[in-house]
Amino acid sequence: MPVVTVAQEPSDVVVEIGGQPIRLRSGDPAFIRLIQDRYAGYLSCSDEASFEFDIELAPPGTESGDEDVRVTWDSGRWLMERGDFRAEWNPSTASGRIEQTINPYSLDSVLRIVHTLLLARKGGFLVHASSAIRNGRAFLFSGVSGAGKTTIAKLAPPDAALLTDEISYVALQDGRYTAVGTPFYGELARAGENLRAPIECVYLLAKGPENKIEPLGGTDAVRGLLGNILFFARDPEFVKLVFDAAFDFVSRVPVHRLTFVADARVWELIV
Amino acid sequence: MNNKRYVARSTAIAARVLGDETMVMSATNSTLFTLDEVATVIWESADGATPLEEIVANKICTQYDVTPEIALRDAEGLVEELAEHGLVLLSDRPIAQSALASGGTK
Repeated sequence: MPVVTVAQEPSDVVVEIGGQPIRLRSGDPAFIRLIQDRYAGYLSCSDEASFEFDIELAPPGTESGDEDVRVTWDSGRWLMERGDFRAEWNPSTASGRIEQTINPYSLDSVLRIVHTLLLARKGGFLVHASSAIRNGRAFLFSGVSGAGKTTIAKLAPPDAALLTDEISYVALQDGRYTAVGTPFYGELARAGENLRAPIECVYLLAKGPENKIEPLGGTDAVRGLLGNILFFARDPEFVKLVFDAAFDFVSRVPVHRLTFVADARVWELIV
Repeated sequence: MNNKRYVARSTAIAARVLGDETMVMSATNSTLFTLDEVATVIWESADGATPLEEIVANKICTQYDVTPEIALRDAEGLVEELAEHGLVLLSDRPIAQSALASGGTK
């Protein structure tokens, strides 16, 4: 007897970053496949998820040019908005919805915001930094756009596992600050490896005529780190959580200024 | 006429003392401020109940080599700047803690 197998179109996918599985649901199988491609390496094998988002796709061309992100708390839910997306998330029901056009960038932004909110509750944060694991220890290279995050990542030797070239995920795990790989990338245009390791130190990047490491302490270290931490929610409670996390982090993890020349020799200092 | 000025730290901030300095972050726009040693003394004394001139007389003039007039002028300049950024509240009468409530938690 002939058997007909019907390939079922996917309607959801679970993306797990930092051990936080989030289910993304869409009625458009093409968009689900796009998410699967974008977050390859971060797709959960399990069907379990901590949160769920229903994604409603708007017709192309409905975006506005507004590039400012607004994240506000209203009536028991987080509202997230930019010209290219509108999203809401209710932590108590562990569910939310996203309105956007069919592109991976809007969803990427929503996920970054959601992770900053989740991490803040647990003493962690996202920070503008590339990061890599070498000899079982993680190193963060932090700076604003143009500081050299991607350059350092590109110069990494083969024994270094890249976690990201753009946004580092800092989690407080068993009392230790840990760097976790993310699919959030910059110019490198490739996801980091889905690995984690205790953070050895943070380097605040500066380009200069020679490779040099200078320890930073006190207010300089806090100011440098806070300047690169992602703050989306203009919300007193969350600003305090992240502020306190930055102080705690600096009290436990060394922060240095790394002045470097853009060639591979800089990695001789990163051991 | 009451010329006294009262200063109270806003609740919409996050602050930590580090050595002699205090770092203050506005919770409404994430702007970071660093207060030096003298500014830290005023900041820590800004309880809304103690007049600024009393803070200056008791905490600044007794510890630093400065005249009361100059110290008060500088202190007024400082608290006005902090108030412009929403880090403190200023009033010509004592400021109740209830007036500092910043609203909602989640």
